[in-house]
Amino acid sequence: MSTEKPVSTEKLTPTPGQTVGPFFGYALPFEKGGELVPAGSPNSIKLHGTVFDGNGAPIPDALVEIWQADSNGNIPNETGSLVRDGYTFTGWGRTPVGNTGKYVFSTVNPGPTEPGKAPFFAVAVFARGLMNRLFTRVYLPEDTEALENDALLSSLEPARRKTLIAERLADGSLHWDIRLQGEDETVFLDFHAEG
Amino acid sequence: MGEPVKSSDAAADNQAIVSQEIRDIEEGYRAARAAGQPAEVQPRVDYPPYRSSILRHPTKSLHHADPETIELYSPAFGHQDVHALESNLTIQHGGEPLGERMVLRGKVLDGNGRPVAGQLVEIWQANSAGRYIHKRDQHPAPLDPHFTGVGRCITGPDGSYEFLTIKPGAYPWKNHLNAWRPAHIHFSLFGTEFTQRIVTQMYFPGDQLFPLDPIYQSIVDQDARERLVARYNHDLTSPEWALGYEWDIVLTGPKRTWTENEAYGEQGDDEH
Repeated sequence: MSTEKPVSTEKLTPTPGQTVGPFFGYALPFEKGGELVPAGSPNSIKLHGTVFDGNGAPIPDALVEIWQADSNGNIPNETGSLVRDGYTFTGWGRTPVGNTGKYVFSTVNPGPTEPGKAPFFAVAVFARGLMNRLFTRVYLPEDTEALENDALLSSLEPARRKTLIAERLADGSLHWDIRLQGEDETVFLDFHAEG
Repeated sequence: MGEPVKSSDAAADNQAIVSQEIRDIEEGYRAARAAGQPAEVQPRVDYPPYRSSILRHPTKSLHHADPETIELYSPAFGHQDVHALESNLTIQHGGEPLGERMVLRGKVLDGNGRPVAGQLVEIWQANSAGRYIHKRDQHPAPLDPHFTGVGRCITGPDGSYEFLTIKPGAYPWKNHLNAWRPAHIHFSLFGTEFTQRIVTQMYFPGDQLFPLDPIYQSIVDQDARERLVARYNHDLTSPEWALGYEWDIVLTGPKRTWTENEAYGEQGDDEH
């Protein structure tokens, strides 16, 4: 870009978030939103789980978004997530949970973005009753050495760390539940010192 | 958790009870500010006056993390994703929707004041009677066959967005007895990195329901919640056509530096 402007050092105060509310269902979900790759296609995997509240009850009106590297660890820069052509990997997906709180993505295992890095999905969670979006991560369980060396995971107690690591089921799928509150509450992340 | 949790849809308490809770929390915040605590710029996730938040907020504090790799980039959106006509919510059916036609315009900026170009903006809203097209919204206000209430656009090179829509009505909900949401438009926004993702609501100036609404009041800082209120702009109003409102959105961050940002290239297919 030739039109580089002087960068102001003055920080603007961010606009506050608000709950996604109960009525996003006709607005935010879109066809094949959860299919980063066509379901059942070669090398596709299922990332799935349930969103729970503080009583351990499934939440029927939550929305989950994932953003990930491709299977080689490259960060996608492709448009077309909202109108998928069936071939382009955009790395981003969005799906509402069903009536029983379950979400499903069809995608690929993210690769390590650098040698030795533990691969993970970046996740954003939205729900009625949740005042602001929550960020978290879900890691692939296989590379135990990379998980040991991961900066975020090694800053967590073992009991909390395991809330961020998916379980690989016999069918090859990744199972990962999201608990907004309670004993096994998922670790949610603050990137901006929002408190 | 001492008290038994009330059902979020029970409408068990009246407005006076909820308003008292709102005032108590605000007084506590003012006292904390007076004692030197920093301003709170985001809503409280633990805000009991909004009953359905009680079981749905994390009780452990958010874990500070430095964003890494994928989190320092954002998904790309462009004209493969969004048609130009999707920013006009008044032409999605066979006729004109009822209500006050309005133009809504603004900019998406990052925390350094730089425009967020070529990114996705999504909105959704009730119709002019305060009714959503959603099976869960069963309050007896009319649906408008000419209005769905969903719009999208891609920001321009200067971070600008613009929608043509109708002003939404207030709508009743069951948080407590006689609970009414101030008129609002839901917004979903992306920045240049994943850490900037935000969903929020835009309100209209001078709404008498502001002090009564636990969702608006979950932002306990007056200056912070006023950042969600659009500005009426008569210069943007078109004669015999539409009222004009303006609302700019500032995202948090970014955490990535400008140099890396440039090296990565352009977002979407709009920024040329």
